[in-house]
Amino acid sequence: MYKADSNMLSYFVVYIAGLIFALGLGISGMMLPQKVIGFLDVAGNWDPSLGLVMISSVSVYLILHPLVLKKSKPVLDTKFHVPTRTDIDRPLILGALLFGIGWGLVGLCPGPAITALMSGNTTVIMFFMAMVLGMYVEGSLDIASRMITENNDVVDA
Amino acid sequence: MENFTPVLSSVGGALIGLAAIMLLFFNGRIAGMSGIIAGVLTPKSNDTLWRLVFVAGLLSGALLIRLMYPQAMAIEIDVSNAAVLLGGILVGIGTRVGNGCTSGHGVCGVGRLAPRGIVASSVFFLTAMATTYIVRHVQGGF
Repeated sequence: MYKADSNMLSYFVVYIAGLIFALGLGISGMMLPQKVIGFLDVAGNWDPSLGLVMISSVSVYLILHPLVLKKSKPVLDTKFHVPTRTDIDRPLILGALLFGIGWGLVGLCPGPAITALMSGNTTVIMFFMAMVLGMYVEGSLDIASRMITENNDVVDA
Repeated sequence: MENFTPVLSSVGGALIGLAAIMLLFFNGRIAGMSGIIAGVLTPKSNDTLWRLVFVAGLLSGALLIRLMYPQAMAIEIDVSNAAVLLGGILVGIGTRVGNGCTSGHGVCGVGRLAPRGIVASSVFFLTAMATTYIVRHVQGGF
């Protein structure tokens, strides 16, 4: 009974975290691709907003996460599910490059893409469907693992 | 710089950071949007349910924004449909190959001072800036 209750509470907290995340995206202006492009286009009519969103969100995380990770486990789970790898490998760089090109083309990244679906904007819906297709493509091709095994450059942290 | 929204962007950014810390503090999870979306689409492990619930939270928050602050959804995209499709596919493939996007590598990775997050974020920010420059100032649109 206790476990079921704590599970319910844990999912409720996840739901609220998702809700607050979306409010943050909306309030910060990051659901607007034109505002994201306004930051990325340094040679245009520059809008520093996205830079401030990053500084603000990273600062909160930077200040609070050491306090959180000092605990032996999270409040509602048995352990932290935090990545421990520190190696800089080829998939990381290639993936970031491909993502950067797509992001710079349209001004949408995954968080804004899924939340902006609520606008009903057909271009956003189209982008989201293409993004999902891309995720399936990598899911079946698994370019990342192939790059590592073919080159034998796996370095576990 | 007349489009700059310093107060709203700082407050919104702080909310994003707080939501991500909340997920770490209570659930021990990283708030990485691409991993969460991909995890819902290709359910494999018992990690699917929390991701689905997080997406439900995201969509509920987005609905609140639509109802209470509709200007935040006055979306303008001035590239062609072909560019939108290409961009979407690249974002989908790239975030899976590189294992993260602006939230996982950007906010949480840089916020934890994780080397992979810092490197990936530097690469995708610089690549996005270069792409924007080429599309808008060299090519003259796409």
